[in-house]
Amino acid sequence: MIFDDASGFRDTQRLSIVGRVLRRMHVDAVLLSALLTVAAFGLVALYSAGGQDADMVMRQGARIGIALLALLLVAQLPPGVLRMWSPWVYLGGIMLLVAVLVTGDIGQGARRWLDLGVVRFQPSELMKLAMPMMAAWYLHDRSLPPSTGQVFIVLLIIVAPTVLIALQPDLGTALLIAASGLFVVLLAGLRLRLIAIIGGLMALGAPLLWYFMHDYQRQRVLTFLNPERDPLGAGYHIIQSKIAIGSGGIFGKGWLNGTQSQLEFLPEPDTDFVFAVLGEEFGLFGLLGLLGVYIFIVARGMFIASQGQDTFSRLLAGSISLTFFVYVFVNAGMVTGLLPVVGVPLPLISYGGTAIVTLMAGFGILMSVHTHRKLLSR
Amino acid sequence: MQFMSRERIKDHWREQRIFFFRALAAGIIAALLILLLVSRLVVLQVFNFEHYSDLSRGNRIRIEPIPPIRGLIFDRNGVVLAENRPAYQLEMVREQVPDVESTLKRLTEAHLIRETDLAGIRERLGRTRKFEAVPLRFRMSDEEVARFAVQRQHFTGVDIRARLARHYPMGPRAVHAVGYVGAISNNDLQRLDPTAYAGTSHVGKVGVERAYESSLHGRVGYRQVLVNAQGRALQTIENNPPVPGKDLRLSLDARLQATAFDALDGRRGAVVAIDPRDGGVLAFVSTPGFDPDRFGAGLSHEEFAALNADPDKPLFNRALRGNYPPGSTIKPLLGLAGLHHGATTPGHSTFCPGFFQLPGREHKYRDWKREGHEHVTLFDAIVQSCDVYYYEMALELGIDRIHAYLASFGLGEASGIDIQGEKPGLLPSREWKRSKYARPADQAWFPGETVITGIGQGFMLATPLQLAHVTATLAARGRRLQPHLLAAIIDPANGALEPAVTQPLGSAGSDEPGYWNLILAAMEEVVHGERGTARAIAPQSYRIAGKTGTAQVFAIAQEEEYEAESVEERLRDHALFVAFAPVDAPRIAISVIVENGGSGSSTAAPVARAVLDSFFEEPES
Repeated sequence: MIFDDASGFRDTQRLSIVGRVLRRMHVDAVLLSALLTVAAFGLVALYSAGGQDADMVMRQGARIGIALLALLLVAQLPPGVLRMWSPWVYLGGIMLLVAVLVTGDIGQGARRWLDLGVVRFQPSELMKLAMPMMAAWYLHDRSLPPSTGQVFIVLLIIVAPTVLIALQPDLGTALLIAASGLFVVLLAGLRLRLIAIIGGLMALGAPLLWYFMHDYQRQRVLTFLNPERDPLGAGYHIIQSKIAIGSGGIFGKGWLNGTQSQLEFLPEPDTDFVFAVLGEEFGLFGLLGLLGVYIFIVARGMFIASQGQDTFSRLLAGSISLTFFVYVFVNAGMVTGLLPVVGVPLPLISYGGTAIVTLMAGFGILMSVHTHRKLLSR
Repeated sequence: MQFMSRERIKDHWREQRIFFFRALAAGIIAALLILLLVSRLVVLQVFNFEHYSDLSRGNRIRIEPIPPIRGLIFDRNGVVLAENRPAYQLEMVREQVPDVESTLKRLTEAHLIRETDLAGIRERLGRTRKFEAVPLRFRMSDEEVARFAVQRQHFTGVDIRARLARHYPMGPRAVHAVGYVGAISNNDLQRLDPTAYAGTSHVGKVGVERAYESSLHGRVGYRQVLVNAQGRALQTIENNPPVPGKDLRLSLDARLQATAFDALDGRRGAVVAIDPRDGGVLAFVSTPGFDPDRFGAGLSHEEFAALNADPDKPLFNRALRGNYPPGSTIKPLLGLAGLHHGATTPGHSTFCPGFFQLPGREHKYRDWKREGHEHVTLFDAIVQSCDVYYYEMALELGIDRIHAYLASFGLGEASGIDIQGEKPGLLPSREWKRSKYARPADQAWFPGETVITGIGQGFMLATPLQLAHVTATLAARGRRLQPHLLAAIIDPANGALEPAVTQPLGSAGSDEPGYWNLILAAMEEVVHGERGTARAIAPQSYRIAGKTGTAQVFAIAQEEEYEAESVEERLRDHALFVAFAPVDAPRIAISVIVENGGSGSSTAAPVARAVLDSFFEEPES
């Protein structure tokens, strides 16, 4: 199913009417239906996780609507245009990140927001797309695999925004954005030797990272390594979350019947820990089903990437898909106690934030890559 | 060039192949990660299902903090200065109360909680974690406990629990040194780790209790308990006991502390005694005091307002924060300065007619003795406290040298004692005056101001702690040691002792032993000489070196409003006395200040004598 329209654009006449309209709108129906499936599942879960608050579900629904508009908008832009814009988007993002450090609003002890009068805006969201765009733009007309010097320049492109975001401080986002840049280099064919060197440098950089971490971030890492260390603080989240998931069993307790979440034992059930609510109420089957759709989305994304007609499209689409996978894995890993609590939401499901708009805009890029292909004579 | 040779032609087919293999590798890694995640889910939801299901269904797990037991505070001889006593307190578990507001209202009507405490209670209710007991009332009387017991059934979710409350056996006598604990406020939360204080209701607010909070507090423990649907604890699954806080041994001597407090006899004043050999503080008294236990129990608004409005200001730590003109107690130091800089010599003699005039000026700077001291040397000037000699010498020294010399003894800066809130006093200089005053006309330093600095008046201010520190430095012939209240931190588990480290602050004064001999001999003569200003307190069994002081207080009288009948008393001079003993091998240095006490010799010196007598008497046993 993922690969069924590998040659779809060659024989358009075989598509249904709906398919043809969607193709005209530069929408990939397969990807879109998977995304909508997850989002709908998310709204159902939020109703339960958020204390059965219909208004909250409506607000989230509205956000998904806006996000879909962003997806449509971005999908209209051909990859060539996106490529031309890349450096400017990136530079603008860097400037906004600097602005946020200087003047940004402080929310919960960190400077992440920029107040534009009408809307408050997180420049790190923009960077989530600008980073892989810039990296792909730089490598676009180089001969691949990239040389050591070129890799070094891409690393600089990655480090600048990463440091700026880590200073906010928002370490989780910084690392994820760095990952999206690294994926571009990896997909471009980074030599194994360089991978080893970069890996070594990162291992050396870990103590440095520790030095720059805020106390609460260090606590999280230490608590991850030994949750018993802090059962009253951060360890509490993990203990309660494991109880929620484990007590869900194979089939779950049923929608609205999760005692851990309904009785508010579980912290942040509607945002970072919504995965645990799903696990408690829908059980192993529910989670496997959800993971299945997620994997389908990633696979479809990688398929679209491999069909991309130029280096830029391939690298960008590949990076966006892999980053999406990382979001899913990091959140699920954190909630199940595999990874430290890093505050990454479950994509398309967790309540709130502008993250969902960015996410959908990213999928808009994938659709643009897939639907703007021209017939090539081979 | 190598550069050129490495340039390659873009090979689209090859690039696509690279991409494909990389994407494949990423896919394989992703698949492995998903496999890891899925097996984790299977472990949690299939293999451990029973375990987690038990925890979640019917019986639920709850984690309760167990507050650590606060460390004790002892004096140098092991006398208890702060201990924990069982006390009953009223507690509420928010989640178990059907209607919090109505319950609070009914408790108020039953006179079990006070109306004025409600704001604080709501603040605490707002910030505690789920199912954590919130204290409503500390230290209930037996009568209150009984009254609650008969109506208990009307107050679901409210109960009495025995907790440990802080008790200070010395009460007001040591409060300004030991400090006290009080209920944790939102302000305190800014500097505390909420996890470490889960279940703890009180925190050190001032004094040693505040300064050594991290040692005294200990480490919080917790237990995992099974609770039923109403949140009642059924069974403890896991118990992780707290680690009690460390005990403190202070350098303070409870006996001296009590003697000093009692000798001040309810007057406003301060006594600080320091061991010149190690900087350990032996007595640290500020009067009047107040009852620290009441702060732990929770003062009502009226009680606190009354303490705050008391004209004697019992909450004010005079020993640490009281700025007083040092008056003549500064003379030994200035004498050293004069000798050191050659502004005078041991043999130099001046005629004192009872006043001093600047050349070409009319204004007379009076000596305290109207008729004058006739011919005086530096030695005589200290013994009899001749002002005229010092007016002259100060002018010869000049303010710059005076400032530098006194600064080397630590005047004008905090001594760095190990409790918070110390005031630095004021050591005037040209620079200070320039920055202090806005109008250029006020910024200049006038010679007349140097003259009165010579007798410790004018701008100069020092705290009783600073004066004791300076006196200890004199007794140690210039070796400065940072004063400290802590003697050792003791681990109650194994008795391991971690002694306090005395911080040397360098040396002050002169290298010339002759100068020290002269000044210290003059101080001895102040007490033991026939014409000494403090001869009335001379003891038989040991030798004291001292210096009286009397400070004018007009500035204070102008600043504050007093009731008509007390004005006269409040306009009297402050009485000061500094001393150390025994003269040949000093073991104690002391400063005494009695506010509006009149003269140093008649009021302050006897207080010092009482403390020194207590010090040299064999300890009772």
